[in-house]
Amino acid sequence: MSDIASRVKAIIVEKLGVDENEVTPEASFTNDLGADSLDTVELIMEFEKEFNVAIPDDQAENISTVGQAISYLEKNVNN
Amino acid sequence: MELKRVVVTGLGALTPLGNTVAAYWDGLINGVSGAAPITHFDASKFKTQFACEVKGFDPHEFMDRKEARKVDPFVQYAIASTDEAVKDAGLEFDKLDTNRIGVIWGSGIGGLKTFFEEVASFAKGDGTPRFNPFFIPKMLVDIAPGHISMRYGLRGPNFSAVSACASSTNAMIDAFNYIRMGMADVIITGGSEATINEAGIGGFNAMHALSTRNDDPKTASRPFDKDRDGFVSGEGSGAIILESLEHALARGAKIYAEVAGGGMSADAHHITASHPEGLGAKLAMSKAIADAKFSYADVDYINVHGTSTPVGDISETKAIIDLFGDHAYKLNISSTKSMTGHLLGAAGAIEAIASILSVKNDIVPPTINHFTDDPEIDNNLNFTFNAAQKRVVNAALSNTFGFGGHNASIIVKKYHS
Repeated sequence: MSDIASRVKAIIVEKLGVDENEVTPEASFTNDLGADSLDTVELIMEFEKEFNVAIPDDQAENISTVGQAISYLEKNVNN
Repeated sequence: MELKRVVVTGLGALTPLGNTVAAYWDGLINGVSGAAPITHFDASKFKTQFACEVKGFDPHEFMDRKEARKVDPFVQYAIASTDEAVKDAGLEFDKLDTNRIGVIWGSGIGGLKTFFEEVASFAKGDGTPRFNPFFIPKMLVDIAPGHISMRYGLRGPNFSAVSACASSTNAMIDAFNYIRMGMADVIITGGSEATINEAGIGGFNAMHALSTRNDDPKTASRPFDKDRDGFVSGEGSGAIILESLEHALARGAKIYAEVAGGGMSADAHHITASHPEGLGAKLAMSKAIADAKFSYADVDYINVHGTSTPVGDISETKAIIDLFGDHAYKLNISSTKSMTGHLLGAAGAIEAIASILSVKNDIVPPTINHFTDDPEIDNNLNFTFNAAQKRVVNAALSNTFGFGGHNASIIVKKYHS
């Protein structure tokens, strides 16, 4: 697992209070991990803070699963 | 319209003296002070470095980690005391009409910690707004009754009463009125406050409202003492289950006491100072007496607002003497803030609980920390100084007064079928 993936998962576990093994790439924040719309906004903000990137709203709308978050960040974060 | 009788069927408390009603009452009748150096933040640069904090509270006993993180401490406190009250009342919501069960909750300020932290974080940044999406719904005063309704599925009347330090008394009077008018069967009422943080202590310090007796926190809250120098900040929550008598009897509930009446008024005088002759205080108390269809001699105990500020304690005393006449000297009077500190918007709730238990147990909790009589206060009054007193308490009146000049008094009496 990439460094980005493990950091993303850690944020999701912390913010959504879910078990680590529920945080699979296919898991949807709202349908599988119990997030509501405010939780999702907060997650995006945490990703921005953790990885020091700005995720525009129109991009954020396309991030609804763990895998989508990881792949977006892997493409857009400068290591 | 015939008004219904309203009774108290459940209590919950999270206070600086203890985290349950039993622990709170035990602290009250034993004259324990809840004051100690502040632990919630580094207060070393503040004029006041002590407060009456809630001790040993773990929100995770009441909610999971995710839920706890999304609510301000004043809501965590509200949920803890409400859980206790609901259990105490034996309410089984799945067997009741939850459309007729409401929540009316008081808080003076609401999520001050959340507000302070979010704004501080913005101020430290470069002007780019990065507010947390839970900022507003964590901070709002009315989110407390909102969370309580969601926790239990209660769809009756639901809102907050806000009148600074009178807030939870206003909430209880509202609940009393809705039930007696037949608009709800049961209402969870009371209030919570959590303002022991940099903004709360710093803000009240700026007003010279707080005691600065840093060398002796436990004796700092000394209502009616000559050397009182301000109030001591407190925090916590009190929950009271009010219920129509017929509803309580139908489900075989235990009954602590009956609500006899409520009175409300404004000073129309000053933003923070009480009226020097206690005009608004008198008006609130006299309206409560009239509402209860009492004569003044029917009151045995007054749990006073008595915050330990130089001016307020004098005007409240004057108001009592003026209103109750000779009977004023037969009353027991006490300020339980001498022990709990001032819980602001939750003060009315925990002081109503003290009054209810006083009526139930025939014990008056004391005003502790009395060392020196104040010549400006009539010390022929029985302030229940330093030790609890046993007496028959048929009825108790609880006073609360808030910044803005809001006054609210509620009377509870022994329940007789």
